[in-house]
Amino acid sequence: MDPELLLIILVDGLVYGSYLFMVAVGLTVICGVQKLLNVTHGALYAFGAYLAATLLILYFRLDWPQFGAFAVMLLSALFLGVVFGLIIERGLLRHLYHEDEHIIVLATFAAFLVLEDVLLLIWGTDPYLAPEPLGLLGATEIAGLPFDNYSLSMVLLSAVVAAVLWYGLNRTQFGKLLLAVIYDRELAQAMGINVNRIFLLTFMLGSFLGALGGAYQAPAISVQPGIGVEVIVLAFAVVVIGGMGSIPGALIGSVIVGVARAFAVHQEPALELFVIYMIMAAVLIVRPQGLFAPAKPRTI
Amino acid sequence: MNAIPRTRFMALAAALAVSLAAGAASAQTVKVAVPTFLTGGGAPTYGVPAKNGVELVVRAINEGTLPAPYDSVGMAGRKVDLVVYDESGGGTKQVTELRNKVQKEGVDVVAGYISSGSCAAIARVAEELQVLTLLSICGTPRIFEELVKEPKYLFRIINHSTGGNVGAAHYVVRKLRGNVKDGYIGINQNYAWGQDAWRDFNLAMQTLSPEFKPARKQQFPKLFSGQYGTEISVLLRAKEKLVHSSFWGGDLEAFIAQGTARGLFERKTFVWPVGEITAHRLGKKFPNGQLARGPYGLYAEGIDTPLNKWFRSEFRKAYKQSPSSPAYHYADSILAAKYAYDTAMKANGGKFPSTDQVIKALEHATFDILAAKVKMSLGKGHQAVTSDRWGYAEWDDAKGEIVVRDVVEFKAECVNPPEGVNAAEWVKGGMKGAKCD
Repeated sequence: MDPELLLIILVDGLVYGSYLFMVAVGLTVICGVQKLLNVTHGALYAFGAYLAATLLILYFRLDWPQFGAFAVMLLSALFLGVVFGLIIERGLLRHLYHEDEHIIVLATFAAFLVLEDVLLLIWGTDPYLAPEPLGLLGATEIAGLPFDNYSLSMVLLSAVVAAVLWYGLNRTQFGKLLLAVIYDRELAQAMGINVNRIFLLTFMLGSFLGALGGAYQAPAISVQPGIGVEVIVLAFAVVVIGGMGSIPGALIGSVIVGVARAFAVHQEPALELFVIYMIMAAVLIVRPQGLFAPAKPRTI
Repeated sequence: MNAIPRTRFMALAAALAVSLAAGAASAQTVKVAVPTFLTGGGAPTYGVPAKNGVELVVRAINEGTLPAPYDSVGMAGRKVDLVVYDESGGGTKQVTELRNKVQKEGVDVVAGYISSGSCAAIARVAEELQVLTLLSICGTPRIFEELVKEPKYLFRIINHSTGGNVGAAHYVVRKLRGNVKDGYIGINQNYAWGQDAWRDFNLAMQTLSPEFKPARKQQFPKLFSGQYGTEISVLLRAKEKLVHSSFWGGDLEAFIAQGTARGLFERKTFVWPVGEITAHRLGKKFPNGQLARGPYGLYAEGIDTPLNKWFRSEFRKAYKQSPSSPAYHYADSILAAKYAYDTAMKANGGKFPSTDQVIKALEHATFDILAAKVKMSLGKGHQAVTSDRWGYAEWDDAKGEIVVRDVVEFKAECVNPPEGVNAAEWVKGGMKGAKCD
């Protein structure tokens, strides 16, 4: 195969994979620590996109430095992560941790539907467009094709998020507490770890990451009703491939899905969706827990 | 106290009964249900403008303020009771909604539907429920060619998708030969509309100018996928300069944002069969290119009929924007219903007509819609044909809006198959019987 085409497929795949990773990583963090499949994550993505798009539209009406737009996106995601993390974890999930996991999934699904309607109440049905940041970083030519640097920057952002999360989990005291909770919630509690606080902070972090995914995507898409549903399905596929609760799994899963999809679009477009779910099905057959699922402790 | 004489009492009672009956009759309405996307991806660009168009026209019908020939109050003298509801949720939900509207709420007419999927789902059910149903937008030609071959209650008041895409091919061959000498490529959403649109355009191109070849592989991304970076790379690498894309709504807006950042529209010329609606929204950010679907929206700007002038002016007053094509399509369906009811009443000696009489009035009819004349000439008199307009869109700094230039109008008989001929077979067979002169 033409090496230039291979390079283009790799770049396209990494860009698409980084978009998936930004959503899937928050989902997998919550899944790993709290052992729950959080369907509200799609709504967090949508809220992130809506709030960022709205604030960006307002921001670009002011005569302020254009690169401040990136701070706008970050702060809007931070705000949503804290507020929604607090409301959903304290208001809903805390009362359900003792319930069967299927009940929790259904509860988060119900919350997702409510949040989708809240979106409509706040922003209505009109799409929001805030494409200005797309042009701020210019373009780079790779293998003869122009790529916008904004999309390429998402690859960098994903790498930074993955590195920070890995460092935070493996090299900090908070990370060690998290790992203790992940391995055995009851034992961690018996050792004096405030599991409720860990759960709240984890959920806020996961929500922030979901909202950040939406906020950073906002300039590249038409922000409109339904975007949360589209993204959550693909994010679930990535989490299943990588292994529930595994951050390296989410990263590798996103790259595998992104590159496989790019290969299909370039070579056999009809297989674009098929390849994603074929990989998922293959992983489920060969390694049902996912490629990088964290090791489970042996229980006595 | 004097007793009222018996004969006088009977006369008073009879007068009271007559006046009560008359009152009851005048209070009767024509109940029209209008399904349109009020939520979801189709709402902002299609559903809401469509609802606005309907509400504006129904208000005017009830007040009797529409220009001639629709200047009488109501439909066959009865005011219109409008029930707008959400088309979101898929075909199964729409079938349930339709049954509820007809069987529980007793609607007389259903006028609407945007998605080809909705139309395909409800087509047979509308016939089974025996409710007059006027399809407003959904483009698939399969409704009367495959699903309901002997229609009675089902009508469509717009060209099916073949007309727009055959018109596109005519325009390319006539005006854009230089852009298509290296062939052409397609990027269309992967569902009925996207597949049909590409098929019709491609077959029409092969009929009109077989020397222009399509690319070996076409792109069909998932509907509402929103991410087109890889597809844009494929288009940028392709040698073909001309791109056919029937994208619409948020997908089209996202595609334009991502394509603009990568200089796609400086390298390729796009043919957008339903880009008109997005051009309305994006204004200056809409890349220059073709866009079309008949004499609606931007393409109706210069059409100087009293109905069109009234609609554009009142729409701007009511909604502070010019009407896009969905507003036209939905308003046109209501006008079709009014035409049928009024005509049937005349034929019925001034009495309110039955549904069968209304249907008879609409079958094979020719009547005015806002900016064109409709002929119900296909599908045994149930499928409309209209002319189709194509042109080059560009931003006009002086006017501060998108304008269309080099507009060519193709006659209805040029871009639609003759009665009784399957659209795909007609295009494949060289579009025999087309009258384009």
